[in-house]
Amino acid sequence: MATLHEYLFVSGLLFAIGLAGVIVRRNIIVVFMCLEMMLSAANLTLVAFSRFHTDPATGLPDYNGQMMVFFVITVAAAEVAVGLAIIVALYRARQTINVEDLTTMRG
Amino acid sequence: MHSLAFYLFSAIAVAGAVCLVTFRSPVTSAMSMVVSFLGLAALFVGLNAFFVGVIQVLVYAGAIMVLFIFIIMLLDLNSEERSKTCPALLVASLLIPALFMCQLLGVLQSTENESPKALPLTTAAAHFELDGKETKISQSLKGGDLPDVHLLGEKLFTRYNFPLQVVGVLLLVATIGVVSLSKKGSDRTAKPADQ
Amino acid sequence: MNEAWFLLIFPLASAVLIQLRFKRTPNIAAAISVTSVLLTLLLSIIFSHTVVEPATFNWASIGDFNLQIGLQMDGLSKGMMLVVTGVGALVHIFSLAYMKDDESKARYFCGLSIFMFSMTGIVLANNFVMMFIFWELVGFSSYLLIGHWYQKDSAAEAAKKAFLVNRIGDFGFLIGILMLWTLAGSLVFDDMTLPAQGPLLTAAVLLVFCGALGKSAQFPLHVWLPDAMEGPTPVSALIHAATMVAAGVYMLFRLQFSFGHEGWQLFANNAGEIIAWVGVITSLLAALMATQQDDIKKVLAYSTLSQLGYMIMAIGLAGHSGDHGGHNMAGESGMFHLYTHAWFKALLFLGSGAIIYACHHEQNIWKMGGLAKRMKATTLTFAIGTLALMAVPYLVSGFYSKEEILLSTLTAEGEPTPFFLIAAFVAFLTPFYMTRLFVVTFFGKARSHGAEEAKEVNNLMLLPLLILSILAIASAFRFGGIDVPALFQAIDPRAGGHHPDSRAVGLVMGTSFAALLGGVGLAFFLYKGRDTDPLANNALFKIFRNKFYLDELYLKLVRVFQDCVAAIIHFFDEFIINGLLVGGLSRSAAGLGNLFRRMQSGNLQVYSLLFGGGILLVIYLTVFFTR
Repeated sequence: MATLHEYLFVSGLLFAIGLAGVIVRRNIIVVFMCLEMMLSAANLTLVAFSRFHTDPATGLPDYNGQMMVFFVITVAAAEVAVGLAIIVALYRARQTINVEDLTTMRG
Repeated sequence: MHSLAFYLFSAIAVAGAVCLVTFRSPVTSAMSMVVSFLGLAALFVGLNAFFVGVIQVLVYAGAIMVLFIFIIMLLDLNSEERSKTCPALLVASLLIPALFMCQLLGVLQSTENESPKALPLTTAAAHFELDGKETKISQSLKGGDLPDVHLLGEKLFTRYNFPLQVVGVLLLVATIGVVSLSKKGSDRTAKPADQ
Repeated sequence: MNEAWFLLIFPLASAVLIQLRFKRTPNIAAAISVTSVLLTLLLSIIFSHTVVEPATFNWASIGDFNLQIGLQMDGLSKGMMLVVTGVGALVHIFSLAYMKDDESKARYFCGLSIFMFSMTGIVLANNFVMMFIFWELVGFSSYLLIGHWYQKDSAAEAAKKAFLVNRIGDFGFLIGILMLWTLAGSLVFDDMTLPAQGPLLTAAVLLVFCGALGKSAQFPLHVWLPDAMEGPTPVSALIHAATMVAAGVYMLFRLQFSFGHEGWQLFANNAGEIIAWVGVITSLLAALMATQQDDIKKVLAYSTLSQLGYMIMAIGLAGHSGDHGGHNMAGESGMFHLYTHAWFKALLFLGSGAIIYACHHEQNIWKMGGLAKRMKATTLTFAIGTLALMAVPYLVSGFYSKEEILLSTLTAEGEPTPFFLIAAFVAFLTPFYMTRLFVVTFFGKARSHGAEEAKEVNNLMLLPLLILSILAIASAFRFGGIDVPALFQAIDPRAGGHHPDSRAVGLVMGTSFAALLGGVGLAFFLYKGRDTDPLANNALFKIFRNKFYLDELYLKLVRVFQDCVAAIIHFFDEFIINGLLVGGLSRSAAGLGNLFRRMQSGNLQVYSLLFGGGILLVIYLTVFFTR
């Protein structure tokens, strides 16, 4: 049986890969996907804790953690919708979604 | 969950993630992400979180992936040009996740590992009886099943009722925001973006 | 509020009216100014007979400390008001003629009114703060009037010099006032209590004296007064001879007077000694310098300095003179001399003004000559003024006050002191340079075209001269129903029943008589019928002519001092302030900003990289570092 640490390790690995993708990729849509990957990795942590740290009263999984996952997924969905809309608007204005070309915020 | 299944699905998830990051074509990346999310969903199921696993497949691998693909198609994006990534950035992008993993390993090493305990389904059933009468939950618990959706639903509509409403409003706002953003911008909004 | 405040309101209203409304109509401006000064003169004469208790206002209260604006109406200030408004009124009338064709007549009369206002304020102030305010105001009006002909560089420079030199003194004065406040417990003259002797009191008195040093042009701050002669002559008569320069003496005496019979104790220490020495040295130096001046106004200016030195010396000697039946002979003789001096010095200045006017603005006495034949009335009045300054026995007012001062320089046993010797020498120099001035100006033959054409001035100028020459003789006596010296009852030493022994009186009388005869005789012998100064090539007298090179010395000193300070400040500014503080701060801010600007590359990837680094840091700090 897989242990808690294994789950956490996998979760961390996914998170790290997502982070690397956010840093290294230039296509803003892929960056966005990597962000989703990081969110999901965090979800895995939450679910793993919910399963391993069971509710002391009933002995069943702690559903508070899974509620958190539920909300994260909801918010992520909203975020993806808005984010993609912004990307479309950006593309209309600039004809590019390459983050290296989007340096308006240079100080 | 059986260890073999765990290793299999985590390998799928990680491989999908690696492909997501490494493949140039955004469509391929999106597909890799779906693979990764499917692996993750399997891991969720292995953790007895059936509802979350299903949601993961439905929302991420289904809706969100479709959205991504749709946008990629819409913008007619080709593969990233083979312009060189700054080597320093490449090194840093490897270094920071590596350091992060080191920290994670450090934390894991210093904490106690746990193996999953079998869920005491039949004994837990007593907690869900109302005034000695059997409920749906206690019934299925007694039957040796985990009524995952029922349990989640109970929590969602009792303790997390208010956040649920708030999230509903959030989705509404997001919808309106998306509509107003994707509207062909009037001159007034388009101009500052050109500058 | 009561009628005494009109003494201040009239001149102020006049100045305001002229400045705001009648600038373009000089004749109306002059009329307003003259009316206001005549009204204040009338008020002063009325008040000198009556008891006035004007209201006092609280200007500012801080805790239990109240700053008052109030009027002091006692014998001293009433008498001083007579001098100020009397000389002021005559000078105003004289100015009507003297400044008739001046193109900025309105500004001139406005300045005079401001001056009358400020001088009245000094005289009537019932506390030191108010006095200081008006003290600065007279400095300001003096600046305006010296620089009246500001188109001339020398006038503008002189005005600046007067103002700046006075600032030095006023700085000390302000500190002195604050020290006196802590020592005496109050700044209101009537409420001050005599502090105990000690170094603190000495310092306070000396610092207050600094104010008099500047305003009364005492050595070493005397340099502004001769230059101030660049102003119109009536201004010199009013401000730089009769009233403002006497303010320092008045202020010191007011300080002494406000402590009543014990006031002399203020000067019964090193402070009094120093003040007396400063006075006597000024008196001597100024008299020596006066012997070699060619400008008629400069001679009078130095003689003013010399006489002011007398007064200051007398005030300084108050401590050594002590209490005689409620009177302090030395201090009161100084004040008495101020009073008599004001009239005859104003007379001399106005007389010189008339001469300058008649000679088409020629001021060099060697280019005059023979004026006695052409300007008989002016010559007569000028002669009376000269006699008064020479202190001809029993005839003129100057004699009485000067005798009293000389008497006060003697010790209690009637023995002469160093002060007496120097003062007696000055008493010899005074007739010498005045005779020189008089002989060269009025006798002999005319030495320039202007002097040849000189004719008697008009009646408007003569009237003040005549009145002043009467006062130059009579101001020491009762006259015209107004017992002027009685107002100075506290001041006139004769009223105080002070009877020095006859030996001392004899010594003083003999000395001053000999000095007078010697001075007049020597000057007559030297200058009778000369066209140039026979002493001009004498090395010693060259030093006198060049004012002991004090101006040059000051210039050098100021330059060296200024260069040093400037170098230090420059270094401080350049390297400490600019380099380290301002520059360092700005450079480090700019450097930091530059550093952080690089982070703001606008590149999302760099942002996420930094963000990731930040997360690592936070994890390290929260998880690992705390263990």
